[in-house]
Amino acid sequence: MTYSEPQSPGTGIPMLATEGLKREFHTRNGTVKAVLGIDMTVHPGEIVGLLGPNGAGKTTMMRMLTTLLAPTGGQARIVGHDLRSDPAGVRGRVGYVAQASGVDPACTVEEELVHQARLHGLPLRRARARTADLVDSLDLEGLTSRRTGELSGGQRRRLEVAIGLVHDPPLVFLDEPTTGLDPQSRSNLWNHVRRLRDTLGTTVLLTTHYMDEADALCDRVLIVDHGAIVSEGRPSDLKHEVGGDVVRIEAPGDAERARSLLACHQDELPGVSLVERADDTVRILARDGERIMVDLLRVLVDGGVHASGVNVSRPTLEDVFLDITGRSLRDTAPLTASAPGV
Amino acid sequence: MRLLTEIGLVFTRQTTLSLRSPAWIIIGLVQPVLYLALFGPLLGAVAEVASFPAGDSWQVFVPGLLVMQSLFSAAFVGFGVIAEQRNGVLERMRVTPVSRLALLLGRVFRDILVLLAQSLVLLAAAFAFGLRAPVPGMLIGLGLIVLLGTGVSSLSYALALRLGDENALAPIVNSVTMPVLLLSGVLLPLSFAPAWLSGIASVNPFLYVVEATREAFLSDYTAQALMLGTAVAAGFAALGLFAGTRAFQRQVT
Repeated sequence: MTYSEPQSPGTGIPMLATEGLKREFHTRNGTVKAVLGIDMTVHPGEIVGLLGPNGAGKTTMMRMLTTLLAPTGGQARIVGHDLRSDPAGVRGRVGYVAQASGVDPACTVEEELVHQARLHGLPLRRARARTADLVDSLDLEGLTSRRTGELSGGQRRRLEVAIGLVHDPPLVFLDEPTTGLDPQSRSNLWNHVRRLRDTLGTTVLLTTHYMDEADALCDRVLIVDHGAIVSEGRPSDLKHEVGGDVVRIEAPGDAERARSLLACHQDELPGVSLVERADDTVRILARDGERIMVDLLRVLVDGGVHASGVNVSRPTLEDVFLDITGRSLRDTAPLTASAPGV
Repeated sequence: MRLLTEIGLVFTRQTTLSLRSPAWIIIGLVQPVLYLALFGPLLGAVAEVASFPAGDSWQVFVPGLLVMQSLFSAAFVGFGVIAEQRNGVLERMRVTPVSRLALLLGRVFRDILVLLAQSLVLLAAAFAFGLRAPVPGMLIGLGLIVLLGTGVSSLSYALALRLGDENALAPIVNSVTMPVLLLSGVLLPLSFAPAWLSGIASVNPFLYVVEATREAFLSDYTAQALMLGTAVAAGFAALGLFAGTRAFQRQVT
């Protein structure tokens, strides 16, 4: 995969750079290699997403980069500080919004923000001023004296983001920032993250297993699978590399027969580069999906397969992930794929 | 200076949160009074036995109750930190430059404040029941309780952070506190004990603190037992703080 420079690459020293960063866990059943040895670079002002299914090792990477988990190998420099020799220096310069809530239900919104600011060494007066700023910019007005246990999911997530930003860090880690949020709260939070970068130049490294989130928010995506980065690039470039269109044909109960039919006739179907099946759906990569659709359906009708639905779309990051790993982001069941000429 | 500010921050937050759910503090206050009322009267007769330590039954019993309180009040504080770990609050605090010692000491100081409040209630109630002891002696006793509580509460945090699970912590705490209590001569003096039992008890630091507190309540401020008990309590506190700080420093899995 070619690495493409982000739109605003920033000059000079990267905000974050890792070299062979890895983590193994020793369990009773042997050694689990959670993260295999990650080399990655994040430049100032970038929003970079680690995209991968649950269990790919994204959170383990985050926990290492935020000093919560000691790496078992490799090294990292984060905002100019060495992760292993100067963890305290790293802690003072990064914000971390974990997947777990991170707020005490018995504390009020204001208490949590002021407390976190003071833990970062801000004097009380500045901690209060900073709290007021964040309450304002993250739409938490009117909630300052509310206990965090009484907030809605979206409100609480915005508070957690505010807590991560309280010391104005140049680099923020967001671990699955919108998991469990309703669609409105999600796009609202995306706007906040974009604005953070656009107005303050904050660098953001986030993890997500939502391809739409990576697509909508990230300048650059690192696709993570089984503890390794398997591909990286701008979302548009990654999708472009898939090439052409994605045709999906629904054939409930008959999808495997549909797949083998189409695979057999692939020579007669110009521009079709891949035919594969996931559950009741056959997925076809084609140079021109609209044009080839009629031919695809003719092959199926001649073979006696009934298709209940057809859909043509531009490739998504989901398709990128499928192409690279042979698996869907959502489930980990392997696909039955057939490469050209099989 | 910075460390003191940080300890203050953690302490204030923990104390505020404790005051918002005061149920367990109240239970902690009521419990020793129940011991006084329901067990204390039985001791009057026991105190007539020849091998009973010097002093009246209250001067023997109340120091033991103070030590018991510091054990029971502080041994269970680890449960709170497991909850904080689970809801991500502790993790969030660990990704700040705040000193790991402050994360521990702020919590320990809150525990000590609770313990002192409980001890004062206990002493006031004991006075009503008939305890007569010199004020300096009682203050020395409280000092010993503070050292002991510091050790117990720090060890409870250390253990809790290692285990990370209430269901693992509860049986361990219960199975440690019970023999420690029985072997410290709190309820009945170990001067009643056969040789093998007092042999086992002699490795229990709590025994020395109980005996030291008893000497203090008898205003025997130069007694060897008081010196020994103070040294043991201070050593125990230091050990606890070391283990506790290590636990907060450790990068967890």
